[in-house]
Amino acid sequence: MFGLYIAFVDYRPMKGIWASDFVGIENFKAFFATNNWITVTGNTLFLNALFIFFTTLTSVIIAILLSEMKSKWVKKVTQSIVILPHFMSWTVVSMLSLAILSSNGIVNQIITAMGGQGIEFYNTASVWPLILVILRIWQGAGFGSIVYLATITGFDSSIYEAAAVDGASRWQCIYKITLPLLKNTIIMLTIMSVGKIFNGDFGMIYAMVGSNSILYPTTDVIDTYLFRQLLENPSMGQTAAVGLVQSVLGFCFVVLCNKVANKWSPESALF
Amino acid sequence: MKRTKSDYAVSFVSYAFIILFAIACLIPLLLVLSSSFTSQASLNINGYRLIPSELSLDAYSLLFKSGTVGPAYGVTIFITVVGTVLSMLVTCACAYAISCKSMYYRGTVAFFIYFTMLFNGGLVPTYLWVTKYLGLSDSLWSLILPSLVNAWNLLLMRNFFNGIPDALSESARIDGANDMVILFKIILPISLPGIATVGLFYALAYWNEWYKALLYIHTEWKYPLQYLIMQIQKNIQYVQQNAANAGVVTEGLVPAETTQMATAVVTIGPIILLYPFLQKYFVQGLTVGSVKG
Repeated sequence: MFGLYIAFVDYRPMKGIWASDFVGIENFKAFFATNNWITVTGNTLFLNALFIFFTTLTSVIIAILLSEMKSKWVKKVTQSIVILPHFMSWTVVSMLSLAILSSNGIVNQIITAMGGQGIEFYNTASVWPLILVILRIWQGAGFGSIVYLATITGFDSSIYEAAAVDGASRWQCIYKITLPLLKNTIIMLTIMSVGKIFNGDFGMIYAMVGSNSILYPTTDVIDTYLFRQLLENPSMGQTAAVGLVQSVLGFCFVVLCNKVANKWSPESALF
Repeated sequence: MKRTKSDYAVSFVSYAFIILFAIACLIPLLLVLSSSFTSQASLNINGYRLIPSELSLDAYSLLFKSGTVGPAYGVTIFITVVGTVLSMLVTCACAYAISCKSMYYRGTVAFFIYFTMLFNGGLVPTYLWVTKYLGLSDSLWSLILPSLVNAWNLLLMRNFFNGIPDALSESARIDGANDMVILFKIILPISLPGIATVGLFYALAYWNEWYKALLYIHTEWKYPLQYLIMQIQKNIQYVQQNAANAGVVTEGLVPAETTQMATAVVTIGPIILLYPFLQKYFVQGLTVGSVKG
């Protein structure tokens, strides 16, 4: 944490952090001087918002549908399978996507078989938000559903029995009982992920996009941008400054979301 | 109870959706497996197929002859084993301390741990800390020490320990046991599902580690497996991109795609093989730990 001081100095490795000259907010100014910061901040927020929304949605759907399955055996096998992708690292996932998206990959084979024109995915920036979201769902939704499923299993079964006696259909049970009861867990977990909305998923983006600069306009996030800045022009102070801004904004965001949640449904707030 | 049409519809939709999703989870893995056993020539002609059109082991023989996979495997196994053991020791000890009702300021300590999940120094301070102050640049320890304790795992473990009745450790204390004995002889043996879960998370995190290697490791024989893949892929991407820009066909110039797929298979192989045995532990463990969390 004391390393944060580096954001305010003109860092010289020879002198060390404490002996370097104090420059105040110069480091912060440098990041905001060029227009790049608008693109990368926009991408970070946009991609993360999509990730949070779609993975949460899919996780909840998977959890509810799994809980509706009567066959123990099918439930167990399918649950194990949908969790499995979570344990693949992004480097491996980028291999998988190569087999699917490259010019002789499965998707292009299907497109050409139906008489369409193949798409060079690795040269087309505009489709990448969609691809990243799909990959994110593929990788994370099954794992995310564990917590929701555990919560659903913890619900009092007498509520459902009472509803069944009153003639509620299973669809009504899901809509009127499961979803409202699940609301608090959903809000709580969403707050936790919203706190990281300013932190681009470096692991994912770097593994998927790497140094393919054609895709930067839609995929470059703050973290990958900083990493490249660090490689090209090693100004430790500037990078640290942006890191600090990210952390502070993220923290404020969590507190803000928590406030909103407190107002909206007090029992789902974190603190 | 009478089941209406809409009830059957719910059943049908849930089975259909989940099974389709499960298939979608498996297909990419099968695709990689089959293409790793295909010859490069048939891959170029037919593209990626679920069932290889022409069996070939070229990719694997090339991979193992190149001599980079062996050391990388060694590095990965080393950091996974050593890292997991050390992580578990520290995590369990710390989780036990903040679960003890008799410890002062345990709420404060727990808050500081939670705080690291929300707020951290960021890339540069961490990088400087590891390389300049801990002096771990280009050392295998740089892959282990920075991720020694994961706040989320620690809190999960604490939830587990909180679920154990206090009477158990109190009665042991009356019999003259100290904290060490209580932790190792009483608490740990009965929280086995929790240990299995958290241990598995740590092991997988170490196994899949490449980010730290990217930052700290510069010598090739110290690359862990995941980073090696990354390097291989980056080289290929670079060549392909340049070729695409220049409009040149580069068959034969690029390292074979099948080799890439074989590397992926070699990397995820151990996870897939162990997965069926470990899977039941962590679903159970995560469920117990998170319901209260």
